Amino acid sequence: MTKHLTDAKVVGQRILNATTKEMDLIAPDIAAEALPGQFVNVQVTRHTAPLLRRPLGVAGVDRENGVLTLIYRILGEATHVLAEACTGDVLSLVGPLGRGFERSAQKPLFVGGGTGLAPLLYLADDFCARGIKPDVLMGGRTETELFWKDLFAGKAGKIGLTTDDGTLGAKGTVMALLPEMLQAEQYDIVYVCGPAPMMKAVSADVLARKIPCQVSLEKYMGCGLGACLSCSCQGVGRRIKVCKDGPVFWAQEVAEW
Amino acid sequence: MVRWLYHNRLATDIAGLKMKTPVTTASGTFGFGLEFTDFLDLEKVGAITVKGTTLAPRAGNKGQRIVETPSGILNCVGLENPGSDVFLKETLPQLRHYDVPVIVNIAASSPEEYGELAAKLDVDGVDAIEINVSCPNVRDGGMVFGTDARSLARVVKQVRKQTDKVVITKLSPNVTSITDMAKAAEDAGTDALSLINTLLGMKIDIHRQRPVLGNVTGGLSGPAVRPVAVRMVYETARAVQVPIIGMGGITCADDAIEFFLAGASAIAVGTENFINPAIAETICQGILEYMDRHNIKKLKDMIGLALPNA
Repeated sequence: MTKHLTDAKVVGQRILNATTKEMDLIAPDIAAEALPGQFVNVQVTRHTAPLLRRPLGVAGVDRENGVLTLIYRILGEATHVLAEACTGDVLSLVGPLGRGFERSAQKPLFVGGGTGLAPLLYLADDFCARGIKPDVLMGGRTETELFWKDLFAGKAGKIGLTTDDGTLGAKGTVMALLPEMLQAEQYDIVYVCGPAPMMKAVSADVLARKIPCQVSLEKYMGCGLGACLSCSCQGVGRRIKVCKDGPVFWAQEVAEW
Repeated sequence: MVRWLYHNRLATDIAGLKMKTPVTTASGTFGFGLEFTDFLDLEKVGAITVKGTTLAPRAGNKGQRIVETPSGILNCVGLENPGSDVFLKETLPQLRHYDVPVIVNIAASSPEEYGELAAKLDVDGVDAIEINVSCPNVRDGGMVFGTDARSLARVVKQVRKQTDKVVITKLSPNVTSITDMAKAAEDAGTDALSLINTLLGMKIDIHRQRPVLGNVTGGLSGPAVRPVAVRMVYETARAVQVPIIGMGGITCADDAIEFFLAGASAIAVGTENFINPAIAETICQGILEYMDRHNIKKLKDMIGLALPNA
């Protein structure tokens, strides 16, 4: 797979909630090759600040039209700049980057929270194309963070919801529903993508039941290419670079959350 | 694409290290070069300067290692690298498939260990040794040798004794007088100088009320440091005879040209490799365009043009 450095035209942005946006870009080279779990590194401005690119997980592709979909939270300076991009603006992208999900399972469960659900959306498209609708367990702090359930509508089987404040679904973290979902079905893989404590807790439970588990790690990245070692961390028996060896890892490969 | 027809116009020579183009990559910003082959032709880079290498493997620093600052970044990677054995056995053979000089950046914790490492790297496929005496992110050595002229001289002498490769000493900007350090390295036998390494800096997370970086302080690089780097190259070029590889915040050909005019014989692209992984090759095209506009036939003709009495 070739990594591309390419200019991509913004063809639209959509507000998903007060702090989350979805952006479509024309990037045929990347759309043709990007696999679920991979990411692109987005240059939000041609100026020198913010300087670094921002890694964003691919949330979907439309290969026919060469369109790449990204979903991001407006958190810091760079994502604020990104949020102001208009249709027709051109952004520089590097991608597709990293190693994506293993996709040979027949009965997957997805567990996610926040923008961790973005790469799982693309993974759901991929499973649906093979006639498999994955079950999805998603958690958020409050109801407004679970707009994701609408994005997964039609792509998912059962959808489990949890909120910290109990405003939607079960009260608590995803751990409040995970055991009963794992007991109800014979899943042959669990994919987890969300905050580190979620991935740590979910993968521990899943591995204890001898179910294969993949996690998608997030670490501050400088280059996304394996050169700067910003995202290097300790794996089991070896150093791992989240950007290049991951971001997707088998849960048992991870030693440092 | 660079017009390779005019290739020889960009040639430069760092104390016998022949570079087809005057652009190399700053250590630590280009991995081992192999990470960038999708974006540029390694053979069109003047030389590959690889990640800082130590005798034994190093895991580097814990916690956050890079943070963005105004037009720059702070890093405290802490010399994570697989060690000299892995470099020699696994990485160097891959680099030898490319017709491009390899500069190996070395770091150690004593002058003797610098010498030992230089001797170990005195092998075919390594074209030059860059002495890293300016890493601000490791406690055992590194910058201590880069901020004291006598310690610096001891390191350079040890390395000089152990290798016939071109010896380049990378200077730290975290000193009162860059020219004192440059002269000490020159007197100790370095063939060339590279400057600047990163400027020591710090960022505090005002919400957590703690330093952002795992190592508390880090090295500042990127466009923010460029004026400091240009000034130091300019001062150093007036003080020493040995050739200079200039670096610090270069993002484009215009930035690179400032360094040539200040007296650098070659330049290195650093942080910008993270943002534009093709930059080392594309800068060459811009240098040629500048030379055309200003009727400069060969790169060598513009080195030091901004120096007094040039």
